[in-house]
Amino acid sequence: MALQDKYKELTDAATAAGISDLLVREQDGVLYIDGTAATGAVKDQLWDIYGKTDPNFMAGDLVLNVKVAVDAAVTKVKVTTESSNLNIRKGPGTDQPIVGKAAHDEVITLVSRSNDQWWLVRTDDGEEGYAYAQYLTPVE
Amino acid sequence: MKILKLLPALVLVAGLTFTGCKPKDADIKASIEKSLKESPATAGVMVMVNEGVATLSGEVADDATKAALEAKVKAMKGVKSVQDNTTLPAPPPAPVQITADDPLTSAVRDATKDFPEVTATVADGVITVTGEITAAKWKTLKMALDGLKPKRVDGSALKIK
Repeated sequence: MALQDKYKELTDAATAAGISDLLVREQDGVLYIDGTAATGAVKDQLWDIYGKTDPNFMAGDLVLNVKVAVDAAVTKVKVTTESSNLNIRKGPGTDQPIVGKAAHDEVITLVSRSNDQWWLVRTDDGEEGYAYAQYLTPVE
Repeated sequence: MKILKLLPALVLVAGLTFTGCKPKDADIKASIEKSLKESPATAGVMVMVNEGVATLSGEVADDATKAALEAKVKAMKGVKSVQDNTTLPAPPPAPVQITADDPLTSAVRDATKDFPEVTATVADGVITVTGEITAAKWKTLKMALDGLKPKRVDGSALKIK
């Protein structure tokens, strides 16, 4: 229960923000918070509170797994790497061969999100494969 | 005028009627409460009785207890019907699923590909991250690692620039 007290501000904020499928569980000295945020801003807000409670996330006693909801209607994603091109691979994994590249800031087609980390995408050149979801941002 | 003279009598009669009813409900309530206390499974249940209608509330251990309690109260003397508002305890949350080391290791390799300044290892579901990294990049990486369903992420040995 001590961990739930420590991160009470965070779980309260998650509840107040209307995180869907919110699950707060404590197991073997680690607190697990799972759920889906309506927007990226809500997710950022929760991570800011986490960073305030545990500066630089050093304690290692919380796994905050909040996804951002993606509208099923979304078919376009923007490549939001820092500056580099994004690899498109044959399968979901960095051990998979690269079948294409998408440029930084390029808008490409989202084909499937069956894997949380690797989304199936298609470029305008017709290259289809898996790209790391962290670098893809849905566009309206 | 006549009606005014009768009024106190009417009030008295009405009063008697009501007070005549009350002990009955109270008696029923008392006997139900007594039987509730007899079993620890129903000790947390509360009861209200109004004109022979017993309303049960509170928490019971399981469905069988709930059904047995309702039947038992219904059969008690003076009970016309039972309004069963008792609830069952919420099911315990499913245990946290931790990704097995093999898929977790490859997922960590994918997540840390663009973070050459750190080394991440996986053992028993725990991701240990070492190296030197900026606070902003560590936050981005921790977000990605927490999404891989690890047991926990240990960054205590990291040097934050």
